[in-house]
Amino acid sequence: MEPLSGLQIVTGILAQLTPVWICLAVVFFLSYMFKNRLGLYGQVLDNTLGVIGLFLVFFWIFTALLADWCITYDPLRQMSGMKNAFPGMPPTVGEGAHFLLGGDNLARDVFSRMVMGSRTVLTIAPAATLFAYMVGITLGLPAGFYLGWRDTVLSFAANLILAFPVIMLFFLLVTPGIIEMGLPTIMAAILFLFPIIFLMVLFTSRFTPQPTKLAIYLAITLVIGLWVYFGLAFNMDPFGILSMNSNTLNIFVAVVFVNSPTIFRIVRGLTIDVKTRDFVSAAQTRGEGTWYIMLWEILPNVRGPLIVDFCLRIGYTTILLGTLGFFGLGVSPESPDWGMTINEGRKLLSIYPHPALPPAFALMTLVLGLNFLADALREQSLKD
Amino acid sequence: MLQFILKRLWVMLLTIFCLTFIVFVLTNLKPNLVRLAITQTNVQGTSAEYERWLDSRGYNRSAIVKYGEWLGVVPGWTNEINGVQEGRCKRVNQEVMPTYCGVLQGNFGFSSTFKDEVSTILGTRMVLTGWLMFWVMVVMIPLALVVGILAGMREGSRLDRGLSTFSIATTATPEYVSGVVFIALFASSKFGLSPLLVEWGWLSGGTLLKGSATSAANAITFDNFALPVMTIALYGMGYISRMTRASMAEVMTSQYIRTARLKGVSFTNIVMKHALRNALIAPFTVIMLQFTYLLTGVVIVETLFNYKGIGWTLVQAAQGNDIDLLLGVSIVAVILVLVTQLISDIGYVYLNPRIRIS
Repeated sequence: MEPLSGLQIVTGILAQLTPVWICLAVVFFLSYMFKNRLGLYGQVLDNTLGVIGLFLVFFWIFTALLADWCITYDPLRQMSGMKNAFPGMPPTVGEGAHFLLGGDNLARDVFSRMVMGSRTVLTIAPAATLFAYMVGITLGLPAGFYLGWRDTVLSFAANLILAFPVIMLFFLLVTPGIIEMGLPTIMAAILFLFPIIFLMVLFTSRFTPQPTKLAIYLAITLVIGLWVYFGLAFNMDPFGILSMNSNTLNIFVAVVFVNSPTIFRIVRGLTIDVKTRDFVSAAQTRGEGTWYIMLWEILPNVRGPLIVDFCLRIGYTTILLGTLGFFGLGVSPESPDWGMTINEGRKLLSIYPHPALPPAFALMTLVLGLNFLADALREQSLKD
Repeated sequence: MLQFILKRLWVMLLTIFCLTFIVFVLTNLKPNLVRLAITQTNVQGTSAEYERWLDSRGYNRSAIVKYGEWLGVVPGWTNEINGVQEGRCKRVNQEVMPTYCGVLQGNFGFSSTFKDEVSTILGTRMVLTGWLMFWVMVVMIPLALVVGILAGMREGSRLDRGLSTFSIATTATPEYVSGVVFIALFASSKFGLSPLLVEWGWLSGGTLLKGSATSAANAITFDNFALPVMTIALYGMGYISRMTRASMAEVMTSQYIRTARLKGVSFTNIVMKHALRNALIAPFTVIMLQFTYLLTGVVIVETLFNYKGIGWTLVQAAQGNDIDLLLGVSIVAVILVLVTQLISDIGYVYLNPRIRIS
């Protein structure tokens, strides 16, 4: 077979991603149809940057979901004769698809690795951000609301973690020996409790006057929460559906740990700002409990900046995961994680730049999409 | 004000104490100690051999006692090996071994990776990183401020849209991405600009810029320092310019600017004389706090471009679990973070009359 020309490579990639384009078309068609009923999401569609952001984010979400149909080769398969092959080269052995973006140092298909790499990022980054948010909110609300000694202690702890050189912390925490010691499991056991505590306090503070409703909500929270808790933190899911290998758990926990203090500070600052408003005094006069005021009065009123920050934070977490991979602390040595691929590719960068550039470009576009989306959300929430 | 600074200094000391203790405990965890033994003995040994090595050097003792020794409040550990007095406090050029040798005695310990005093290593490496930081600031701050001011002076204009998009794009491009792209573009002899320029006869062989900054340790030139500086500056500038833009846009809608406009002051004069000074208060604090973020960037860029500053040292120390050096680097890092925070707080108070008076 002949090597592909530049144009053929582009069309080849576009064709290979057909399932993604179909899903994108369906989602955008539906979004525009029901734009007026979709609230904030619908408003983002009025913003040019917002549409670009949504497009990039959805593109990577669908790529991650449909990766199995998009790849041309198994991302771990090494093809003889394809070491550092240039983009568009046909396989030397057998009749297969062209190496659309060339081969890497171990003769694996760069395109398939880039597509598969999106899975690692898109499962860890949003989930870790969400967990960090639960920790940050559960601690930040009382710190900002009560101030006093609670705030002093928590703020000191947060500033302590923030003063750490992030990379040193990762080097010390993300090593195989530490996993054997069980430190990540202990940290996970503590950090993963926060979402359950958060939801339980959330329901208890509101539904105490309605015991049946409360009981149902608490039961649902406990069943699902503890199932996820044991599945992820201790790898003891009785049904065997949820599991996380120890290395992934280690990275997940480290990322949550590093992100939480920043969110704590944001939530604390917003709470201090909002707690002097009239609606808080009104709730206090009504005799509402402090947790009710924090979770059902203050939190919904600071959701704007938090949603914007959530979007940005997923981007930062993506960058952080890439940084980890860049220092060789990624998920697993063989996995097609973007940061690790960039790290492997940089050794031969001036001779063979093609293995390092696609994951670099992929990471950049995903973060760019999230940042555009955050910017559009900020602009739209300022308009109201 | 003095009381405020004293209180902050006390918190700073407490933070350094807690942080070094945490780093100490983490580096003294068993797996990390074994890693140290593996890198130091340099041979494939059994775990019993590693144990013996750790025992003979006093690593297998309580972390709290060892931390006390490092601080200099507990007498240094001693041991006799083959009739020679060995110990924590033994130094190359000293006849008598002092009893205490810790941070309080001005002794930051001995690096196991570089086989040198930690204070010497930190001194030389910090100068190198200082130069990198200096040039990053020289490039980044004016660029960020100009972009921010141009974008913020006419909010919603086409110029604003373009520059804001550019700022967002730079914050979305981490150093390891832009660095890789820059090397491929400017420092590859086979790809990017260099072969084109050679072909056109504008460049006599070689590459346009250098992909390695190792030589910059001796002499900083444009071609060995441009890429690392550009890589860090690009990622850092987006945030500052967005802050400047927001602050500028807010100032431009204020009453006194409208008054100046109605008086017939030219637009250039309004921006330069009236708006600029008030618009630069917020970015000042951001610029100071940016030092903290630059730290991570410095580690990445120094590794990528092989520039042997403090970030590169940190990676080397962490890979070999070099306890004393890691503690030294973390002290430097935490002081940098906390001092810049303090300066930004004080500067904010001084620059903003509303806070200064109240």
